[in-house]
Amino acid sequence: MSEVVISAKSVGKTFGSGVDKVTALDDVSVDIFQNEFFTMLGPSGCGKTTLLRLIGGFEQATSGQILLEGKALNDLPPYKRPINTVFQSYALFPHLTVRQNITFGLEMQGIARKQADDRAEEMLELVRLAQYGDRVPSQLSGGQQQRIALARALAPAPKVLLLDEPLSALDLKLRKEMQVELKRLQTETGITFVFVTHDQEEALAMSDRIAVMKSGEILQVGAPREIYEAPTHRFVADFIGDSNFLVGNLVDDGAGKHAIKLGGGQVIELTQEVSGQRSGEVTVSVRPERLGLVAESKANANHLVGTVSTVIYFGTDTTYQIDLGNDALLTVRMQNGSGAKADFAQGERVGITMSPDSIRVLAD
Amino acid sequence: MKVDASNPLWRFRGITSTAMFFFAYLYLPIVVLIALSFNENRLATIWTGFTMDWYVTALSNDDMLRAAQNSIVIAVSATVLATIAATLAAMGMSRGRFKGESGVSAMLVLPLLVPEIVTAIATLLFFVALGIKLGLLTVIIAHTVFCIPFAYLPIRARLEGMDPALVEAANDLYANEWKAFRRVTLPLLWPGILSGAMLSFIISLDDFVISYFVGGAGATTLPIYIFGMIRIGITPEVNAVSAMMLIVSILFVSISFLIDRIRY
Ligand SMILES: Nc1ncnc2c1ncn2[C@@H]1O[C@H](COP(=O)(O)OP(=O)(O)OP(=O)(O)O)[C@@H](O)[C@H]1O
Ligand SMILES: [Mg+2]
Repeated sequence: MSEVVISAKSVGKTFGSGVDKVTALDDVSVDIFQNEFFTMLGPSGCGKTTLLRLIGGFEQATSGQILLEGKALNDLPPYKRPINTVFQSYALFPHLTVRQNITFGLEMQGIARKQADDRAEEMLELVRLAQYGDRVPSQLSGGQQQRIALARALAPAPKVLLLDEPLSALDLKLRKEMQVELKRLQTETGITFVFVTHDQEEALAMSDRIAVMKSGEILQVGAPREIYEAPTHRFVADFIGDSNFLVGNLVDDGAGKHAIKLGGGQVIELTQEVSGQRSGEVTVSVRPERLGLVAESKANANHLVGTVSTVIYFGTDTTYQIDLGNDALLTVRMQNGSGAKADFAQGERVGITMSPDSIRVLAD
Repeated sequence: MKVDASNPLWRFRGITSTAMFFFAYLYLPIVVLIALSFNENRLATIWTGFTMDWYVTALSNDDMLRAAQNSIVIAVSATVLATIAATLAAMGMSRGRFKGESGVSAMLVLPLLVPEIVTAIATLLFFVALGIKLGLLTVIIAHTVFCIPFAYLPIRARLEGMDPALVEAANDLYANEWKAFRRVTLPLLWPGILSGAMLSFIISLDDFVISYFVGGAGATTLPIYIFGMIRIGITPEVNAVSAMMLIVSILFVSISFLIDRIRY
């Protein structure tokens, strides 16, 4: 990952005016690198499509600007941007054959017919639909239409490919298949993919980096592992996977080390560096699978102690709810059959083991 | 929901006979008219034998042919103008919401509801006030106006059924506004445009009231000519001309209907 391809600088976008005014994007800044599979993840209405449409040129930013390889795109219309889009509805031209759909962009760029046709064949091979060039879109299944939409958008070899929830119309099995396919296409073509989804699993599985969005803002940008293991916001921790949240007071041991003191007096040590400006009440998050249980008799001073309130057996793992007192609840997920004795009964007193680096202090 | 005809809840006594009466009421006079156009007898109402002579007479009547030619010139001109205007209007209206959109929408189809005699008088007064000489041109202008809503509705319906992402996809694939229109919008719209044009043509061809008011002496159209013939007396020749007009109308309306069913 080297050069920045797309750079959004304090981009804002509002729709309507007066009482109908909607802020779809609020001061969004982000850099997207060459060759990267970049995903924008967030709940419905958070502004993912809007940001994508701004990059594509279908919408104009209200404030800020978007740069392509360092040059401001400003009001450059979509047909002058070396960026192509895979639309959610595929938007294949129904009156043209598959081949004509794929050569459309090439022809508009003034590429000779013969060359365009060769490129179309190449693209059909790439999406594994070599036999389908003469069909019309209505003769294709949803998954095939999806591939043709990809082939069409990739044919002009754009610098950036934008994909707005391209898999949402497919059934689960096909979706999984296309996830692998998309990843393969991205690696093979080396084109930067900007992908929009509200499916966190999809985002984790496919992306080089993920931007998590919430109501018009980007909260966190990072590799899937980073987003999952070191969320910066409660929203991020909550939106991606399961998380425990504990509220406590931040205490500073004076030597740069911090700890959290819970309401009941129990203390959690931290390894995360915390800005000196933070103090008072903070929220920390920890993933259920990063916690473990030991019998109370084996617990030491570093362990939290609580009472098992529910036990749910899931086959591969078992989930325990631990009551820490003072309304603090923790969910602990332990794998079954991993050798460790993971067999605690409701009402039992237990010690909770946690590695300090799995405890994250959240920004809000 | 499909109604199951065998469901007694949906069956009413006498529905078949009512329907038959209704259809007879609608179509019997027309059937009689066509039948009588083949009647040998000069008195149109007494059947004596079969002949095609009245069609021959009609088709060799110079006044009738001149009127038919006027009608066609007017209908073609009005259709072309109205269809272009309607296409542009439909494109404009589909460009997304704007203030007063429903008002403009209503105004576009309002001519369908205004009593024709009112439109006719208003148009006549308008031409007189402007000092425009009545003739073919004034009829063409007047016909263009009332044909626009007929052309507009099928085009608008087509546009509404079109995924707006298609034009965006064309723009995305390096087609500027004009190329996107020519390569994507227009090919997808043409059944609507053609269907609208066919309707306009028929509406213009069949119009009597407005043509009668704004036509003046030189612009006798076929319906006006037929009206003039009837005043002298109903002859089988009138029936023959009417039957031919009917055939043309049915043909165009059917084609328009078939084209409108084209789906991709
Ligand atoms: N053309 C528009 N006019 C008015 N408001 C709009 C328009 N487009 C988007 N919005 C609003 O902007 C906000 C962000 O919309 P956007 O489509 O970007 O969300 P999204 O993250 O793509 O959501 P989803 O996952 O549902 O597709 C929403 O509140 C939406 O209602
Ligand atoms: Mg969206």
